[in-house]
Amino acid sequence: MGLRNIIGKRLGLGLVRRRKPFSTATCDGDGNGNGNAKSINLYSAINQALHIALETDNRAFVFGEDVSFGGVFRCTTGLSDRFGKARVFNTPLCEQGIVGFGIGLAAMGNRAIAEIQFADYIYPAFDQIVNEAAKFRYRSGNQFNCGVSNKFPGLTIRAPYGAVGHGGHYHSQSPEAFFCHVPGIKVVIPRSPRQAKGLLLSCIRDPNPVVFFEPKWLYRLAVEEVPEHDYMLPLSEAEVIRQGSDITLVGWGAQLSVMEQACNEAEKDGISCELIDLKTLLPWDKETVEASVRKTGRVLISHEAPVTGGFGAEISASIVERCFLRLEAPVARVCGLDTPFPLVFEPFYMPTKNKILDAIKATVNY
Amino acid sequence: MALSHLGASASRSSSLLKPLSSALSLRRPISGDNSPLTVETSVPFTSHQCEAPSRSVETNPKELLTFFRDMALMRRMEIAADSLYKAKLIRGFCHLYDGQEAVAVGMEAAITKKDCIITAYRDHCTFVSRGGTLLEVFAELMGRQAGCSKGKGGSMHFYKKDSNFYGGHGIVGAQVPLGCGLAFAQKYSKDETVTFALYGDGAANQGQLFEALNISALWDLPAILVCENNHYGMGTAEWRAAKSPAYYKRGDYVPGLKVDGMDALAVKQACKFAKEHALKNGPIILEMDTYRYHGHSMSDPGSTYRTRDEISGVRQERDPIERIRKLILSHDLATEKELKDVEKEVRKEVDDAIAQAKESPMPEPSELFTNVYAKGLGVESFGADRKEVRATLP
Repeated sequence: MGLRNIIGKRLGLGLVRRRKPFSTATCDGDGNGNGNAKSINLYSAINQALHIALETDNRAFVFGEDVSFGGVFRCTTGLSDRFGKARVFNTPLCEQGIVGFGIGLAAMGNRAIAEIQFADYIYPAFDQIVNEAAKFRYRSGNQFNCGVSNKFPGLTIRAPYGAVGHGGHYHSQSPEAFFCHVPGIKVVIPRSPRQAKGLLLSCIRDPNPVVFFEPKWLYRLAVEEVPEHDYMLPLSEAEVIRQGSDITLVGWGAQLSVMEQACNEAEKDGISCELIDLKTLLPWDKETVEASVRKTGRVLISHEAPVTGGFGAEISASIVERCFLRLEAPVARVCGLDTPFPLVFEPFYMPTKNKILDAIKATVNY
Repeated sequence: MALSHLGASASRSSSLLKPLSSALSLRRPISGDNSPLTVETSVPFTSHQCEAPSRSVETNPKELLTFFRDMALMRRMEIAADSLYKAKLIRGFCHLYDGQEAVAVGMEAAITKKDCIITAYRDHCTFVSRGGTLLEVFAELMGRQAGCSKGKGGSMHFYKKDSNFYGGHGIVGAQVPLGCGLAFAQKYSKDETVTFALYGDGAANQGQLFEALNISALWDLPAILVCENNHYGMGTAEWRAAKSPAYYKRGDYVPGLKVDGMDALAVKQACKFAKEHALKNGPIILEMDTYRYHGHSMSDPGSTYRTRDEISGVRQERDPIERIRKLILSHDLATEKELKDVEKEVRKEVDDAIAQAKESPMPEPSELFTNVYAKGLGVESFGADRKEVRATLP
């Protein structure tokens, strides 16, 4: 319901100045650059992906709260007019029902694309995702899953996540770590419009259930050239979006723009940072991160979710296991604080540029 | 739906006049504060699995004037919150209650502060009806120390423990099972009190509602599930989201009552009836047929999924404040000017409270870490820029 105006509206305020439209989209998997590219924002890129998904597969369906009106963030604009109310439809407010329904729909060989209006509302559906979707294939010995295995349809659950400046307790959370503890699902988070389109199409066409978290802060804010054609970006492949030699920074989604600013600042002090976008958190690309840490000898992980039990902890443990002798400093984590997401003092809670910069320096000078 | 809804309200307006004319013929003497008055509700109650209470509601001049004042205050307060939000003095999410005031005041008139109320995020007016002050409201809205939740909750999270107002919950439908827990505790301690668990028509389709209905019926809990049906779950009309928008019947084996939620006296009568019922027989659903003038939240203009005619139609035909105003005038309990003066007074009260709330400081930064657990968390942190002091808390 309503954050859709906030992101644009709030930009004028100093409080959110930390987010700048950014350009970490260096080289993408779509590569060949055939066809046209237009400068669009992230929600339009998602919208394009959904149009393509429905157009290229007449067994694809989009459903969720308010989606036939275009959704509160406008991601589903025009879908219902174009593809009809039988394929793009509103559901009641019932997250558990939405996901369970999606699993059944997918099990009959359809591509179910469910929207949970805010990631904060995904918890009523947690049981369906964790117990039903994730384990369907395993416990049936591959007879059933969220899709018929050899036809490759599937279930994708889209949900906007993360801070927006003043969303408060229930419109700001980053719940990705809960889902990264669940073998059987994939967790994907894009950082930019071009990434969002390519990754979402991959998720929709993946034969596994996928939770796709969209950085709502960037819906309007992030603008870049996005090819108009149908393209997919590989899942479970991280991308080095900035080369460096002194320290490796690992992140995903909206946090990468903050990290990139910290990298730029650090560069002024002569510190060369390598920045990796993990893109897929589960199953994640350990090799790319490991190779980078072997080169730099230092690693910093940053996410908005609280530090304790966050996905940064998993990356940290894996890197220590794999690169222990190569590490020249303890793994650094710059994350949300271990408090509920606050309404007041949001900037204090957040892993801001200065906190990251500080940790970069502390790690490099260890 | 919009059309049939309007049709229904038009028929209501004619029935509104009925009790007035009959009351006029009684030619009651002016005022006489507590002298009893009987007023007929706008429309009959519709019942499910129970016998509906009488349409004749006992009231008195004092109560009617209190209703008028309280609702005018709530209305003014919500309008002021709208302006404060637009001036960016209120952050976060903000859901306004104007239009639905009769539910809050009518319910309060039927129960005591020992009864519990728990609601969702459209909670400002319920808080006030439970005795919360305007200063606490505006300070909380603006995230100040003087707020009812110390400025840490914001619009969606108002609470008042001393009068058993359990808040203020952000997730659609989640508060209703909590209400069952409150009711069980009340039953266990045999203190003859009940819990009113409020939710909207949107929340009525959440699975938790049915879980709550079942356990409250299974264990005969003194729980009253109040569906505030304002006919739109966010931007979705009730009939688009519910196979049966007859929410008072949705409990199946749980009795229900449909009430004109724009008529404070009908709400009072229904809540009185429901409390007696719940203490004797267990849960009951009250569906309050009401209307919100504002959009769902501040980023919803509220005009894309319904017509302006529909909104102005409700304002003209069913407005809860205007209904009471007409009753007061028709019974000669006050003059038009006296009522205008009341409205002026509440406007000033609201303005004063806002001024006072603005003086209240923001919470201490350390409050970010308090109340996460019973004791402190031992968090160590830097400020947003590293110039701030490092804070280590217990």
